[in-house]
Amino acid sequence: MYRILEARFLAPDVKLLRLEAPRVAKMRQPGQFVIVRVHDQGERIPLTIADSDPETGSVTIVVQGVGKTTKMINQLDEGDALLDVVGPLGAASEVEDFGTSVVIGGGVGTAIAYPTAVAMKQAGNHVISILGARNRQLVILEEEVRATSDELFVMTDDGSGGEQGFVTTKLQQLLDDKREINHVLAIGPVPMMKAVAEVTRPAGIPTVVSLNPIMVDGTGMCGGCRVLVGGETKFACVDGPEFDAHLVDFETLVQRNRMYRDQERAGLCQLEMAHPKVGPQHHP
Amino acid sequence: MADKLPPKQRTKIPRQAMPEQPALERARNFAEVNLGLDAAVAEKEAQRCLTCADPKCSHGCPVGVQVREVVDLVRDGDYLRAAAKLREDNVLPAVTGRVCPQENQCEGACILGKRFAPLAIGHIERFVADYERATGEIGLPEPASPTGKKVAVVGSGPAGLSCAGDLTLKGHEVTVMEALHELGGVLVYGIPEFRLPKEIVRNEIENMRKMGVNFETNVVVGKSVTIDQLMNDEGYDAVFIATGAGLPKFLNLPGEHLGGVYSANEFLTRVNLMKAYDPEHYDSPVYTCRDADVVVIGGGNTAMDAVRSALRLGAKSASIIYRRGEAEMPARKEEQHHARDEGVTFLTMHNPLQFLGNDQGLLTGVEVQQMELGEPDGSGRARPIPIAGSEKVVPASVAIVAVGTGANPLVQSSTPEINTNKWGYIQADDDNLRTSKRGVFAGGDIVSGAATVILAMGAGRTAAASIHEYLTTGDWPTAE
Ligand SMILES: Cc1cc2nc3c(=O)[nH]c(=O)nc-3n(C[C@H](O)[C@H](O)[C@H](O)COP(=O)(O)OP(=O)(O)OC[C@H]3O[C@@H](n4cnc5c(N)ncnc54)[C@H](O)[C@@H]3O)c2cc1C
Ligand SMILES: Cc1cc2nc3c(=O)[nH]c(=O)nc-3n(C[C@H](O)[C@H](O)[C@H](O)COP(=O)(O)OP(=O)(O)OC[C@H]3O[C@@H](n4cnc5c(N)ncnc54)[C@H](O)[C@@H]3O)c2cc1C
Ligand code: SF4
Ligand code: SF4
Ligand code: FES
Ligand SMILES: [Mg+2]
Repeated sequence: MYRILEARFLAPDVKLLRLEAPRVAKMRQPGQFVIVRVHDQGERIPLTIADSDPETGSVTIVVQGVGKTTKMINQLDEGDALLDVVGPLGAASEVEDFGTSVVIGGGVGTAIAYPTAVAMKQAGNHVISILGARNRQLVILEEEVRATSDELFVMTDDGSGGEQGFVTTKLQQLLDDKREINHVLAIGPVPMMKAVAEVTRPAGIPTVVSLNPIMVDGTGMCGGCRVLVGGETKFACVDGPEFDAHLVDFETLVQRNRMYRDQERAGLCQLEMAHPKVGPQHHP
Repeated sequence: MADKLPPKQRTKIPRQAMPEQPALERARNFAEVNLGLDAAVAEKEAQRCLTCADPKCSHGCPVGVQVREVVDLVRDGDYLRAAAKLREDNVLPAVTGRVCPQENQCEGACILGKRFAPLAIGHIERFVADYERATGEIGLPEPASPTGKKVAVVGSGPAGLSCAGDLTLKGHEVTVMEALHELGGVLVYGIPEFRLPKEIVRNEIENMRKMGVNFETNVVVGKSVTIDQLMNDEGYDAVFIATGAGLPKFLNLPGEHLGGVYSANEFLTRVNLMKAYDPEHYDSPVYTCRDADVVVIGGGNTAMDAVRSALRLGAKSASIIYRRGEAEMPARKEEQHHARDEGVTFLTMHNPLQFLGNDQGLLTGVEVQQMELGEPDGSGRARPIPIAGSEKVVPASVAIVAVGTGANPLVQSSTPEINTNKWGYIQADDDNLRTSKRGVFAGGDIVSGAATVILAMGAGRTAAASIHEYLTTGDWPTAE
């Protein structure tokens, strides 16, 4: 059992949880994730390690409730526990002093990009962060990201926070302004990552995305997480999850992620019938 | 208790059949296929043994089970002593009695097989182990007094478990570290319930806990902790690596990324470990097999397990596609028969060319090509050669690739001092299973490549003996 030491909503349906997992906390590097199981009939799902503290042996995850398992996790509170937490899994982000590094987070992707942004800053980069969300309420970790960035831009679809527009609107602007950009990391919904790849492709700016295929074991044993990168099959759980955005076949990723849609809907219905109040969850 | 019959009469007794669930009934449920012998039938089968002076059966068994002695005790009705005798060489008899490829091992060597059917050694072994378990009187040996030495075992498959058991008996403090949330390796994530009920594996693990073995799940060695950290920071005096051969191989054919195409590892893990066959109670999904056409590519035990699982998930058709003939299939013969009886179709002498899909990215069929057998290849088996113009499409919405596995590199890549061969398997001395790193031993599938439960178990016991010697003497003779 892995105790939950802290739990709070950052935005509607987005919850931060700090877990007791000493082995993971000690070994973890930016870009890595854990696989968790909530209860003994539950599935295994991957979640990025947003932060860790080897001293207290704790790791932080930020979970967006999108389906049965994530919504179940988001019903848990301090003092509850997760049945299984294994990690850290995946390869660490490639961090070095690139010069100017743009870190883009879309929605809950901000939580996934945040630890790498911290590492980029520590490595000496000039860090420009761009956070995107549908509306102001859904922007998470803004203060944390600001603290580790030299420049921060917040973009919302409806203009309710920061500037109105997409993250790619801002990225394009920076390029149009002839800002020198040496490296881009983009993490968020697949359409966003794909759009970022298209913006940086003509200029040939090295761009990295973090892929989210469906995983089971997370150790290279099942091959379910396979993705096509530069025409080659890669296992995202061991070779990734970060890959060269200009080589990723996003279409295949989207199609593979849809594979269990019917079963996932049925699972969510089950949960909603058992707990009628799981609908959108909010700040207390 | 039955008297010994004269040899002539013994050979007149026909080999006793294993009762099984009716084929069409079992093809739709996950309960065990073989129902087990009852005592009277087991004794009758035991009567058939010729009590050879030089029992070939034991030579055929990779761990040298004293078959003749065990069978004698069964004939005498002394099942618990038979079980104890069995356990002298084999710590997982309920498992091996069920899954050993007996026809190539003990039974393949049995002298009766020359003129009659070989003794049903596997069935007797299973009977004895099940009897012992049912009485709850497992003769758990008392561990020796503590030596103060600590050993880490990486991986909880048959190799890791048997090594941990033996070392604990010698008085060492043993912790088994397992990457998954459940213990047992392939026995729990690969081999299905209908062939090896998980209850049996759990029971064996419970026995080991009682003996004092420690278990830590959710630890991926190489990621959660390294071998060096285990030895330098956590005070382990020796490490046994038994991580298996779990890396799935794909065919690298067009369309392999389509939804509905699985590695056998993923399919079986979803179905067995994650219990996707019971969606009402378990959350892990598996792509729907109900009323679907399912094909499985391969001819080993893994392929049989996958195709029979698909049938039990409600497949309309479940077919094996294999590029050689049925006789060449490496699967246990019993599984091939069971599969056929249950309604599996065998498309032998066929090779897949590509996976075909629709605009949703979902599988619709597999293009295959017929083969004929040519000259023997490097492995001594006839090489399949494609027949031009024989291409056709087999409709399928689920395809499972079961063409073998390789070495998972996680431990090796985080511990470069451990030498590996060109396929990534760990190099260990044949006799004592020492690796190139002092205090580190390796055995089972991660050394041999994908093999069998009994060989992995044998490796675990060899490693335990060798580790015990190292811990007692401190000797680490350097090779060459
Ligand atoms: C490396 C990695 C890191 C991730 N980090 C985070 C994170 O920090 N925070 C966060 O909120 N989400 C993260 N995700 C996504 C998260 O794993 C999925 O949202 C979650 O599994 C959905 O499960 P569900 O049962 O709640 O929803 P479901 O309704 O079952 O699924 C919703 C969608 O999630 C995806 N999904 C379903 N099952 C899995 C699975 N076993 N593995 C991966 N994806 C799946 C599919 O695209 C599916 O359509 C990450 C994914 C990966 C691969
Ligand atoms: C589907 C299937 C059916 C089979 N049927 C038969 C049969 O009928 N008869 C037969 O004799 N053999 C059969 N086999 C083969 C047999 O199961 C294997 O040869 C045997 O299990 C090998 O044992 P092992 O202990 O070496 O490894 P495994 O059983 O593979 O166990 C290795 C364990 O190590 C864990 N692990 C891996 N990496 C790490 C790490 N870095 N850190 C921690 N833990 C790790 C794995 O999760 C796993 O639990 C079958 C195999 C499969 C896949
Ligand atoms: S362990 Fe396997 S090979 Fe040996 S006697 Fe038992 S069934 Fe036969
Ligand atoms: S070889 Fe066959 S007949 Fe002879 S002792 Fe062994 S099991 Fe009995
Ligand atoms: S999740 Fe199974 S191989 Fe990556
Ligand atoms: Mg789910």
